[in-house]
Amino acid sequence: MLSVDICGVKLKNPVITASGTFGFGEEYNDYYDVSKLGAISSKGLTINPKAGNDGIRLHEVTGGLINSIGLQNPGIKEFIANEYPKMKKLGTVTLANLGGATIEDYVNGMKLLNETDIELIELNISCPNVKSGGMAFGIQCGPAYDVVKEIKSVSNKPVIVKLSPNAENIVDVAVKCVEAGADGISLVNTFKAMAIDINTKKPVFKNVFAGLSGPGIKPIALRMVYEVAAAVNVPIIGMGGIMNWKDAIEFIMAGADAIQVGSANFIKPDVAIEIIDGIEEYMRREGIKSLTEIKGIAHK
Amino acid sequence: MSSKYQKAKVIQNIELSEGIYKMTIDGDYSEDKAGQFYMLRSWGIEPFLSRPISIHDANSEGITFLYEVVGEGTRLFSELRNGDYLELLGPLGNGFDTEKISGKVAIVTGGIGIAPMGLVVKQLENCEIDFYAGFRDKDYAIDYIENHVKETHISSDSGAKGHKGFIIEIFDPTGYDYVLSCGPTPLMKRVAAACNEKGVKSFLSLESHMACGVGACLGCTCDTKSGKQRVCKEGPVFSGEEVLTDA
Repeated sequence: MLSVDICGVKLKNPVITASGTFGFGEEYNDYYDVSKLGAISSKGLTINPKAGNDGIRLHEVTGGLINSIGLQNPGIKEFIANEYPKMKKLGTVTLANLGGATIEDYVNGMKLLNETDIELIELNISCPNVKSGGMAFGIQCGPAYDVVKEIKSVSNKPVIVKLSPNAENIVDVAVKCVEAGADGISLVNTFKAMAIDINTKKPVFKNVFAGLSGPGIKPIALRMVYEVAAAVNVPIIGMGGIMNWKDAIEFIMAGADAIQVGSANFIKPDVAIEIIDGIEEYMRREGIKSLTEIKGIAHK
Repeated sequence: MSSKYQKAKVIQNIELSEGIYKMTIDGDYSEDKAGQFYMLRSWGIEPFLSRPISIHDANSEGITFLYEVVGEGTRLFSELRNGDYLELLGPLGNGFDTEKISGKVAIVTGGIGIAPMGLVVKQLENCEIDFYAGFRDKDYAIDYIENHVKETHISSDSGAKGHKGFIIEIFDPTGYDYVLSCGPTPLMKRVAAACNEKGVKSFLSLESHMACGVGACLGCTCDTKSGKQRVCKEGPVFSGEEVLTDA
Protein backbone atom coordinates (compact mmCIF):
# COMPACT_ATOMS: atom_id res chain seq x y z
CA MET A 1 0.00 0.00 0.00
CA LEU A 2 2.78 2.41 0.94
CA SER A 3 5.31 1.42 -1.68
CA VAL A 4 6.42 3.96 -4.26
CA ASP A 5 8.50 3.80 -7.41
CA ILE A 6 11.29 6.34 -7.64
CA CYS A 7 13.07 6.29 -11.00
CA GLY A 8 12.53 2.55 -11.35
CA VAL A 9 13.61 1.76 -7.80
CA LYS A 10 10.95 0.41 -5.51
CA LEU A 11 10.84 1.92 -2.01
CA LYS A 12 8.75 0.08 0.59
CA ASN A 13 7.33 3.42 1.68
CA PRO A 14 7.81 7.08 0.74
CA VAL A 15 9.80 8.07 3.83
CA ILE A 16 13.51 8.74 3.36
CA THR A 17 15.87 10.16 5.97
CA ALA A 18 17.58 13.27 4.66
CA SER A 19 21.25 13.67 3.92
CA GLY A 20 23.30 15.11 6.75
CA THR A 21 20.81 14.30 9.46
CA PHE A 22 21.19 10.55 9.56
CA GLY A 23 24.89 9.86 9.09
CA PHE A 24 25.26 6.58 7.20
CA GLY A 25 22.25 5.13 8.97
CA GLU A 26 23.77 2.93 11.62
CA GLU A 27 23.71 5.63 14.32
CA TYR A 28 19.93 5.34 14.47
CA ASN A 29 19.75 1.57 14.25
CA ASP A 30 20.08 1.47 18.07
CA TYR A 31 16.71 3.16 18.42
CA TYR A 32 14.63 1.42 15.80
CA ASP A 33 14.87 -0.98 12.92
CA VAL A 34 15.99 1.33 10.12
CA SER A 35 15.18 -1.35 7.54
CA LYS A 36 11.62 -0.05 7.89
CA LEU A 37 12.60 3.17 6.13
CA GLY A 38 11.82 3.74 2.48
CA ALA A 39 15.44 4.77 1.97
CA ILE A 40 18.37 6.56 3.58
CA SER A 41 20.18 9.43 1.90
CA SER A 42 23.84 9.32 2.88
CA LYS A 43 25.80 12.18 4.35
CA GLY A 44 26.99 14.38 1.45
CA LEU A 45 29.97 12.74 -0.24
CA THR A 46 32.85 14.33 -2.09
CA ILE A 47 35.68 12.83 -4.12
CA ASN A 48 38.24 13.80 -1.47
CA PRO A 49 37.71 13.61 2.31
CA LYS A 50 36.53 16.87 3.86
CA ALA A 51 37.12 17.95 7.46
CA GLY A 52 34.14 20.29 7.36
CA ASN A 53 33.87 23.80 8.72
CA ASP A 54 35.64 25.29 11.72
CA GLY A 55 33.90 27.23 14.43
CA ILE A 56 30.33 26.93 15.55
CA ARG A 57 28.34 24.51 13.40
CA LEU A 58 24.88 24.65 14.94
CA HIS A 59 22.68 27.50 16.02
CA GLU A 60 19.17 26.97 17.29
CA VAL A 61 16.52 29.47 16.23
CA THR A 62 12.78 29.76 16.59
CA GLY A 63 11.29 27.20 14.23
CA GLY A 64 14.42 25.19 13.59
CA LEU A 65 18.18 25.38 13.41
CA ILE A 66 20.93 26.81 11.26
CA ASN A 67 23.84 24.55 10.42
CA SER A 68 27.28 25.03 8.98
CA ILE A 69 28.70 21.52 8.89
CA GLY A 70 30.49 22.00 5.58
CA LEU A 71 30.13 18.53 4.00
CA GLN A 72 32.43 16.78 6.47
CA ASN A 73 32.82 13.29 5.02
CA PRO A 74 35.44 10.57 4.64
CA GLY A 75 35.59 10.83 0.84
CA ILE A 76 33.91 8.53 -1.66
CA LYS A 77 36.64 5.86 -1.70
CA GLU A 78 36.47 5.44 2.06
CA PHE A 79 32.66 5.52 1.92
CA ILE A 80 32.61 2.71 -0.62
CA ALA A 81 35.22 0.65 1.25
CA ASN A 82 33.93 1.01 4.80
CA GLU A 83 30.61 2.81 5.16
CA TYR A 84 28.51 1.59 2.28
CA PRO A 85 28.94 -2.14 3.10
CA LYS A 86 27.47 -1.41 6.56
CA MET A 87 24.77 0.80 5.09
CA LYS A 88 23.76 -1.90 2.66
CA LYS A 89 23.26 -4.35 5.52
CA LEU A 90 20.68 -2.01 7.05
CA GLY A 91 18.16 -3.47 4.66
CA THR A 92 16.82 -0.41 2.90
CA VAL A 93 17.55 1.55 -0.27
CA THR A 94 20.59 3.83 -0.30
CA LEU A 95 20.76 7.22 -1.95
CA ALA A 96 24.37 8.30 -2.31
CA ASN A 97 24.35 12.07 -1.89
CA LEU A 98 27.07 13.36 -4.21
CA GLY A 99 28.58 16.83 -3.73
CA GLY A 100 31.46 18.64 -5.38
CA ALA A 101 33.23 21.91 -5.94
CA THR A 102 33.90 21.45 -9.67
CA ILE A 103 32.28 19.46 -12.46
CA GLU A 104 35.41 17.32 -12.52
CA ASP A 105 34.91 16.48 -8.81
CA TYR A 106 31.33 15.46 -9.44
CA VAL A 107 32.23 13.34 -12.44
CA ASN A 108 35.12 11.59 -10.69
CA GLY A 109 32.89 10.91 -7.69
CA MET A 110 30.17 9.56 -9.97
CA LYS A 111 32.60 7.22 -11.72
CA LEU A 112 33.52 5.65 -8.38
CA LEU A 113 29.87 5.30 -7.37
CA ASN A 114 29.16 3.60 -10.71
CA GLU A 115 31.29 0.69 -9.51
CA THR A 116 28.90 -0.03 -6.63
CA ASP A 117 25.37 -1.44 -6.46
CA ILE A 118 24.03 1.73 -4.79
CA GLU A 119 20.50 2.19 -6.10
CA LEU A 120 20.11 5.96 -6.48
CA ILE A 121 22.24 9.07 -6.73
CA GLU A 122 21.13 12.30 -5.12
CA LEU A 123 23.13 14.99 -6.84
CA ASN A 124 23.68 17.76 -4.34
CA ILE A 125 23.91 21.08 -6.17
CA SER A 126 22.54 22.92 -3.19
CA CYS A 127 24.82 22.82 -0.14
CA PRO A 128 25.05 26.41 1.10
CA ASN A 129 27.96 25.67 3.43
CA VAL A 130 30.88 25.12 1.11
CA LYS A 131 32.52 28.01 -0.66
CA SER A 132 32.50 27.80 -4.46
CA GLY A 133 30.91 24.41 -4.26
CA GLY A 134 27.61 22.71 -4.32
CA MET A 135 25.16 25.55 -4.20
CA ALA A 136 27.00 27.55 -6.88
CA PHE A 137 25.67 25.00 -9.37
CA GLY A 138 22.15 25.15 -8.04
CA ILE A 139 21.53 28.90 -8.14
CA GLN A 140 21.44 29.47 -11.87
CA CYS A 141 20.08 27.44 -14.76
CA GLY A 142 23.28 27.34 -16.85
CA PRO A 143 25.64 25.76 -14.27
CA ALA A 144 22.85 23.43 -13.09
CA TYR A 145 22.26 22.21 -16.64
CA ASP A 146 25.99 21.69 -17.23
CA VAL A 147 26.67 19.63 -14.14
CA VAL A 148 23.59 17.45 -14.57
CA LYS A 149 24.41 16.87 -18.25
CA GLU A 150 27.98 15.81 -17.42
CA ILE A 151 26.89 13.53 -14.59
CA LYS A 152 24.18 11.92 -16.70
CA SER A 153 26.72 11.23 -19.44
CA VAL A 154 28.79 9.07 -17.06
CA SER A 155 26.24 7.74 -14.57
CA ASN A 156 24.88 4.22 -14.84
CA LYS A 157 22.35 4.96 -12.09
CA PRO A 158 19.26 7.13 -11.84
CA VAL A 159 20.21 10.67 -10.82
CA ILE A 160 17.94 12.71 -8.58
CA VAL A 161 19.02 16.34 -8.45
CA LYS A 162 18.68 18.04 -5.06
CA LEU A 163 17.72 21.67 -5.55
CA SER A 164 18.46 24.74 -3.51
CA PRO A 165 15.67 27.04 -2.34
CA ASN A 166 18.21 29.80 -2.83
CA ALA A 167 18.03 29.41 -6.62
CA GLU A 168 17.24 32.55 -8.59
CA ASN A 169 14.18 30.69 -9.85
CA ILE A 170 13.82 27.18 -8.56
CA VAL A 171 11.22 26.21 -11.16
CA ASP A 172 13.50 27.23 -14.01
CA VAL A 173 16.42 25.35 -12.46
CA ALA A 174 14.24 22.25 -12.06
CA VAL A 175 13.14 22.42 -15.70
CA LYS A 176 16.75 22.82 -16.87
CA CYS A 177 17.89 19.86 -14.77
CA VAL A 178 15.21 17.68 -16.33
CA GLU A 179 16.21 18.91 -19.79
CA ALA A 180 19.77 17.88 -18.95
CA GLY A 181 18.52 14.40 -18.16
CA ALA A 182 17.74 14.41 -14.42
CA ASP A 183 15.74 11.30 -13.58
CA GLY A 184 14.19 12.92 -10.53
CA ILE A 185 14.21 16.07 -8.44
CA SER A 186 14.51 16.42 -4.69
CA LEU A 187 13.82 19.71 -2.94
CA VAL A 188 14.54 21.68 -0.90
CA ASN A 189 17.97 21.87 0.70
CA THR A 190 18.45 24.44 3.48
CA PHE A 191 17.79 28.15 3.16
CA LYS A 192 20.74 30.51 3.25
CA ALA A 193 20.50 32.22 6.63
CA MET A 194 22.57 33.82 9.36
CA ALA A 195 22.67 34.74 13.01
CA ILE A 196 24.58 37.43 14.89
CA ASP A 197 26.03 37.07 18.39
CA ILE A 198 25.02 40.27 20.16
CA ASN A 199 27.79 39.86 22.75
CA THR A 200 30.70 39.55 20.32
CA LYS A 201 28.79 41.72 17.79
CA LYS A 202 29.86 39.32 15.05
CA PRO A 203 28.15 36.70 12.88
CA VAL A 204 27.75 33.42 14.75
CA PHE A 205 29.18 31.39 11.87
CA LYS A 206 32.72 31.67 10.52
CA ASN A 207 31.29 31.48 6.99
CA VAL A 208 28.76 34.16 7.99
CA PHE A 209 25.95 32.37 6.12
CA ALA A 210 24.66 28.91 6.92
CA GLY A 211 21.66 26.70 6.17
CA LEU A 212 18.29 26.98 7.91
CA SER A 213 16.12 23.91 8.32
CA GLY A 214 13.21 22.89 10.49
CA PRO A 215 9.48 23.53 10.68
CA GLY A 216 9.94 27.27 10.04
CA ILE A 217 10.79 26.59 6.37
CA LYS A 218 7.97 24.12 5.73
CA PRO A 219 5.38 26.42 4.13
CA ILE A 220 7.96 27.84 1.72
CA ALA A 221 9.39 24.41 0.88
CA LEU A 222 5.86 23.14 0.28
CA ARG A 223 5.14 26.02 -2.09
CA MET A 224 8.35 25.25 -4.02
CA VAL A 225 7.47 21.55 -4.33
CA TYR A 226 4.00 22.54 -5.54
CA GLU A 227 5.45 24.86 -8.20
CA VAL A 228 8.14 22.46 -9.37
CA ALA A 229 5.67 19.57 -9.52
CA ALA A 230 3.54 21.60 -11.90
CA ALA A 231 6.51 22.22 -14.19
CA VAL A 232 8.31 18.88 -14.49
CA ASN A 233 7.31 15.33 -15.23
CA VAL A 234 9.81 13.26 -13.24
CA PRO A 235 9.57 11.79 -9.72
CA ILE A 236 9.83 14.37 -6.97
CA ILE A 237 11.12 13.91 -3.45
CA GLY A 238 9.81 16.70 -1.25
CA MET A 239 11.37 17.94 1.96
CA GLY A 240 11.76 20.97 4.18
CA GLY A 241 10.64 21.07 7.79
CA ILE A 242 8.55 17.90 7.77
CA MET A 243 7.86 17.13 11.43
CA ASN A 244 5.01 14.60 11.29
CA TRP A 245 2.82 12.52 8.98
CA LYS A 246 0.45 15.39 8.27
CA ASP A 247 3.30 17.47 6.89
CA ALA A 248 4.36 14.47 4.80
CA ILE A 249 0.86 14.10 3.31
CA GLU A 250 0.84 17.81 2.44
CA PHE A 251 4.07 17.39 0.43
CA ILE A 252 2.62 14.38 -1.38
CA MET A 253 -0.53 16.34 -2.18
CA ALA A 254 1.68 19.15 -3.49
CA GLY A 255 3.17 16.68 -5.96
CA ALA A 256 5.89 14.69 -4.19
CA ASP A 257 6.28 10.95 -4.85
CA ALA A 258 8.31 10.53 -1.68
CA ILE A 259 9.45 12.76 1.16
CA GLN A 260 12.55 13.23 3.29
CA VAL A 261 12.73 13.79 7.01
CA GLY A 262 15.69 15.82 8.22
CA SER A 263 15.85 17.98 11.32
CA ALA A 264 12.88 16.16 12.85
CA ASN A 265 15.20 13.18 13.43
CA PHE A 266 16.91 15.32 16.08
CA ILE A 267 13.67 15.98 17.93
CA LYS A 268 12.48 12.42 18.03
CA PRO A 269 14.91 9.77 16.83
CA ASP A 270 12.13 7.45 15.64
CA VAL A 271 10.03 10.17 14.01
CA ALA A 272 10.39 8.57 10.57
CA ILE A 273 8.59 5.46 11.82
CA GLU A 274 5.79 7.58 13.28
CA ILE A 275 5.46 9.27 9.90
CA ILE A 276 5.29 5.95 8.04
CA ASP A 277 2.64 4.65 10.45
CA GLY A 278 0.72 7.93 10.31
CA ILE A 279 0.60 7.92 6.50
CA GLU A 280 -0.60 4.33 6.49
CA GLU A 281 -3.34 5.05 9.00
CA TYR A 282 -4.47 8.09 7.03
CA MET A 283 -4.66 6.03 3.83
CA ARG A 284 -6.78 3.38 5.56
CA ARG A 285 -9.09 5.99 6.99
CA GLU A 286 -9.50 7.71 3.64
CA GLY A 287 -9.73 4.48 1.66
CA ILE A 288 -6.62 5.31 -0.36
CA LYS A 289 -5.01 2.27 -1.95
CA SER A 290 -1.92 3.86 -3.45
CA LEU A 291 -0.16 7.15 -2.86
CA THR A 292 -0.42 7.85 -6.59
CA GLU A 293 -4.11 8.59 -5.87
CA ILE A 294 -3.22 11.64 -3.82
CA LYS A 295 0.09 12.67 -5.39
CA GLY A 296 -0.36 16.22 -6.59
CA ILE A 297 -4.05 16.14 -5.78
CA ALA A 298 -3.92 19.72 -4.51
CA HIS A 299 -3.33 20.87 -8.09
CA LYS A 300 -6.68 19.54 -9.25
CA MET B 1 24.83 -0.38 28.11
CA SER B 2 22.75 0.01 24.99
CA SER B 3 21.35 3.46 24.34
CA LYS B 4 17.59 3.89 24.42
CA TYR B 5 14.93 6.47 23.66
CA GLN B 6 12.29 6.50 26.35
CA LYS B 7 9.94 8.52 28.46
CA ALA B 8 10.42 8.43 32.20
CA LYS B 9 9.02 10.04 35.30
CA VAL B 10 10.59 12.81 37.35
CA ILE B 11 10.80 11.72 40.99
CA GLN B 12 12.66 14.73 42.36
CA ASN B 13 13.65 18.16 41.05
CA ILE B 14 15.06 20.52 43.64
CA GLU B 15 17.02 23.77 43.56
CA LEU B 16 20.33 23.22 45.36
CA SER B 17 21.63 26.73 44.99
CA GLU B 18 20.53 29.72 42.95
CA GLY B 19 19.88 28.43 39.41
CA ILE B 20 21.40 25.01 40.14
CA TYR B 21 18.99 22.07 40.13
CA LYS B 22 19.22 18.39 40.88
CA MET B 23 16.65 16.24 39.09
CA THR B 24 16.12 12.51 39.52
CA ILE B 25 14.30 10.34 36.97
CA ASP B 26 12.77 6.96 37.67
CA GLY B 27 14.23 3.78 36.13
CA ASP B 28 17.18 1.41 36.14
CA TYR B 29 20.36 3.15 35.03
CA SER B 30 22.87 0.93 36.82
CA GLU B 31 24.74 0.15 33.58
CA ASP B 32 25.52 3.79 32.77
CA LYS B 33 29.11 4.96 32.77
CA ALA B 34 30.43 8.05 34.51
CA GLY B 35 30.97 10.84 31.99
CA GLN B 36 28.21 9.72 29.64
CA PHE B 37 25.24 11.98 28.95
CA TYR B 38 21.63 12.03 27.82
CA MET B 39 19.72 14.20 25.37
CA LEU B 40 16.76 15.45 27.38
CA ARG B 41 13.55 17.25 26.45
CA SER B 42 10.31 17.97 28.22
CA TRP B 43 8.58 20.08 25.58
CA GLY B 44 7.21 19.95 22.03
CA ILE B 45 9.16 21.57 19.22
CA GLU B 46 10.17 24.85 20.86
CA PRO B 47 12.99 25.11 21.78
CA PHE B 48 13.91 22.98 18.80
CA LEU B 49 16.76 20.86 20.07
CA SER B 50 17.01 18.52 23.05
CA ARG B 51 19.60 19.38 25.68
CA PRO B 52 22.71 17.30 26.33
CA ILE B 53 23.04 16.84 30.12
CA SER B 54 25.68 14.69 31.80
CA ILE B 55 24.92 11.98 34.31
CA HIS B 56 25.48 13.11 37.90
CA ASP B 57 24.49 9.85 39.51
CA ALA B 58 22.90 6.64 38.31
CA ASN B 59 21.82 3.38 39.91
CA SER B 60 19.15 0.73 39.66
CA GLU B 61 16.50 3.10 41.02
CA GLY B 62 17.04 6.23 39.02
CA ILE B 63 19.30 8.71 37.31
CA THR B 64 20.21 12.15 38.61
CA PHE B 65 21.12 15.18 36.54
CA LEU B 66 22.71 18.25 38.05
CA TYR B 67 22.10 21.26 35.81
CA GLU B 68 22.32 25.00 35.73
CA VAL B 69 19.55 27.13 34.27
CA VAL B 70 21.27 28.91 31.39
CA GLY B 71 18.59 29.15 28.70
CA GLU B 72 15.06 28.23 27.77
CA GLY B 73 15.59 24.43 27.79
CA THR B 74 17.10 24.27 31.26
CA ARG B 75 14.50 26.76 32.49
CA LEU B 76 11.78 24.37 31.34
CA PHE B 77 13.56 21.50 33.13
CA SER B 78 13.54 23.57 36.33
CA GLU B 79 9.74 23.77 36.15
CA LEU B 80 9.23 20.01 36.08
CA ARG B 81 7.40 18.58 39.09
CA ASN B 82 7.39 15.10 40.56
CA GLY B 83 5.35 12.83 38.31
CA ASP B 84 6.02 14.86 35.13
CA TYR B 85 7.49 13.00 32.18
CA LEU B 86 10.74 13.66 30.41
CA GLU B 87 12.08 12.19 27.17
CA LEU B 88 15.54 10.68 27.49
CA LEU B 89 17.88 9.55 24.74
CA GLY B 90 20.94 7.76 26.04
CA PRO B 91 23.26 6.95 27.62
CA LEU B 92 25.44 8.62 24.98
CA GLY B 93 29.15 9.21 24.51
CA ASN B 94 32.21 7.36 25.72
CA GLY B 95 32.39 8.44 29.38
CA PHE B 96 35.50 8.21 31.55
CA ASP B 97 37.37 4.95 31.22
CA THR B 98 37.13 4.37 34.97
CA GLU B 99 38.44 0.82 34.73
CA LYS B 100 41.79 2.03 33.47
CA ILE B 101 42.16 4.88 35.96
CA SER B 102 43.97 3.96 39.15
CA GLY B 103 46.22 5.26 41.89
CA LYS B 104 46.24 8.87 42.99
CA VAL B 105 43.66 10.92 41.11
CA ALA B 106 42.87 14.65 41.08
CA ILE B 107 39.53 15.94 39.84
CA VAL B 108 39.36 19.61 38.89
CA THR B 109 36.02 21.24 38.15
CA GLY B 110 34.66 24.70 37.50
CA GLY B 111 31.05 25.58 38.19
CA ILE B 112 28.50 23.12 36.83
CA GLY B 113 31.42 21.05 35.50
CA ILE B 114 31.13 19.29 38.83
CA ALA B 115 28.04 17.49 37.45
CA PRO B 116 29.61 14.40 35.83
CA MET B 117 31.97 13.88 38.76
CA GLY B 118 29.24 12.63 41.10
CA LEU B 119 29.24 9.25 39.38
CA VAL B 120 32.98 9.42 38.64
CA VAL B 121 33.94 9.43 42.32
CA LYS B 122 31.65 6.45 42.92
CA GLN B 123 33.06 4.47 40.00
CA LEU B 124 36.65 5.24 41.08
CA GLU B 125 36.23 3.58 44.46
CA ASN B 126 39.69 2.08 44.46
CA CYS B 127 41.47 5.35 43.75
CA GLU B 128 42.72 7.94 46.18
CA ILE B 129 40.94 11.09 45.01
CA ASP B 130 41.61 14.75 45.75
CA PHE B 131 38.81 16.99 44.56
CA TYR B 132 39.34 20.60 43.46
CA ALA B 133 36.07 22.45 42.85
CA GLY B 134 35.75 26.06 41.78
CA PHE B 135 32.51 28.01 42.05
CA ARG B 136 31.38 31.53 41.18
CA ASP B 137 29.88 32.05 44.61
CA LYS B 138 28.20 29.45 46.83
CA ASP B 139 29.24 25.82 46.50
CA TYR B 140 26.86 22.96 45.63
CA ALA B 141 26.86 19.17 45.27
CA ILE B 142 30.18 18.99 47.08
CA ASP B 143 28.70 17.45 50.25
CA TYR B 144 27.77 14.39 48.20
CA ILE B 145 31.21 14.13 46.64
CA GLU B 146 33.10 14.63 49.91
CA ASN B 147 32.02 11.19 51.13
CA HIS B 148 33.92 9.53 48.29
CA VAL B 149 37.18 11.49 48.22
CA LYS B 150 40.22 12.02 50.42
CA GLU B 151 40.71 15.78 50.24
CA THR B 152 38.45 18.55 49.07
CA HIS B 153 39.70 21.96 47.95
CA ILE B 154 37.25 24.71 47.13
CA SER B 155 37.57 28.11 45.53
CA SER B 156 35.05 30.79 44.70
CA ASP B 157 35.28 33.90 42.55
CA SER B 158 33.42 35.87 45.22
CA GLY B 159 35.32 34.46 48.19
CA ALA B 160 32.12 32.98 49.63
CA LYS B 161 33.96 29.74 50.35
CA GLY B 162 37.55 28.53 50.25
CA HIS B 163 40.25 30.16 48.16
CA LYS B 164 39.16 33.50 46.65
CA GLY B 165 39.92 33.22 42.96
CA PHE B 166 40.15 30.43 40.38
CA ILE B 167 40.57 26.77 41.30
CA ILE B 168 43.52 26.40 38.90
CA GLU B 169 45.49 28.75 41.18
CA ILE B 170 45.52 26.13 43.95
CA PHE B 171 45.97 23.07 41.75
CA ASP B 172 49.28 21.38 40.92
CA PRO B 173 49.28 18.05 39.03
CA THR B 174 52.59 16.93 40.56
CA GLY B 175 52.27 13.57 42.28
CA TYR B 176 49.00 12.48 40.65
CA ASP B 177 48.67 9.49 38.36
CA TYR B 178 45.56 10.85 36.62
CA VAL B 179 43.77 14.18 36.47
CA LEU B 180 40.13 14.50 35.37
CA SER B 181 38.56 17.83 34.61
CA CYS B 182 35.28 19.37 33.53
CA GLY B 183 34.31 23.02 33.46
CA PRO B 184 34.79 26.17 31.39
CA THR B 185 37.15 25.73 28.43
CA PRO B 186 39.80 28.16 29.77
CA LEU B 187 40.02 26.08 32.97
CA MET B 188 40.33 22.77 31.12
CA LYS B 189 42.98 24.25 28.82
CA ARG B 190 45.06 25.27 31.82
CA VAL B 191 44.55 21.90 33.51
CA ALA B 192 45.62 20.06 30.36
CA ALA B 193 48.62 22.32 29.82
CA ALA B 194 49.79 21.85 33.42
CA CYS B 195 49.34 18.08 33.19
CA ASN B 196 51.06 17.79 29.82
CA GLU B 197 54.01 19.80 31.15
CA LYS B 198 54.40 17.49 34.16
CA GLY B 199 53.74 14.32 32.15
CA VAL B 200 50.54 13.51 34.06
CA LYS B 201 47.72 11.86 32.12
CA SER B 202 44.59 13.99 31.98
CA PHE B 203 41.04 13.46 30.74
CA LEU B 204 38.72 16.33 29.95
CA SER B 205 34.96 16.22 29.55
CA LEU B 206 34.01 18.66 26.79
CA GLU B 207 30.75 20.46 26.23
CA SER B 208 29.18 21.38 22.91
CA HIS B 209 25.90 22.35 21.35
CA MET B 210 24.41 19.21 19.84
CA ALA B 211 21.56 18.39 17.50
CA CYS B 212 21.33 14.59 17.21
CA GLY B 213 23.54 13.46 20.12
CA VAL B 214 24.19 10.12 18.39
CA GLY B 215 26.97 10.94 15.94
CA ALA B 216 24.88 11.51 12.84
CA CYS B 217 24.79 15.26 12.25
CA LEU B 218 28.44 16.22 12.84
CA GLY B 219 27.32 19.44 14.51
CA CYS B 220 29.35 19.05 17.70
CA THR B 221 32.82 18.27 16.41
CA CYS B 222 35.93 19.55 18.17
CA ASP B 223 39.51 19.82 16.96
CA THR B 224 41.82 17.08 18.15
CA LYS B 225 45.36 16.08 17.23
CA SER B 226 43.80 13.35 15.08
CA GLY B 227 41.43 15.69 13.26
CA LYS B 228 37.86 16.64 13.96
CA GLN B 229 36.04 14.33 16.33
CA ARG B 230 32.45 14.21 17.50
CA VAL B 231 31.99 15.37 21.10
CA CYS B 232 28.85 13.22 21.30
CA LYS B 233 30.42 10.01 20.01
CA GLU B 234 34.23 9.89 20.33
CA GLY B 235 33.79 12.16 23.39
CA PRO B 236 32.67 13.90 25.47
CA VAL B 237 35.78 12.68 27.34
CA PHE B 238 39.08 13.25 25.55
CA SER B 239 42.70 12.93 26.56
CA GLY B 240 44.27 16.25 27.56
CA GLU B 241 47.05 15.48 25.10
CA GLU B 242 44.54 15.37 22.24
CA VAL B 243 42.28 18.43 22.71
CA LEU B 244 42.46 22.09 23.76
CA THR B 245 46.20 22.04 23.22
CA ASP B 246 46.53 25.38 21.43
CA ALA B 247 46.58 27.32 24.72
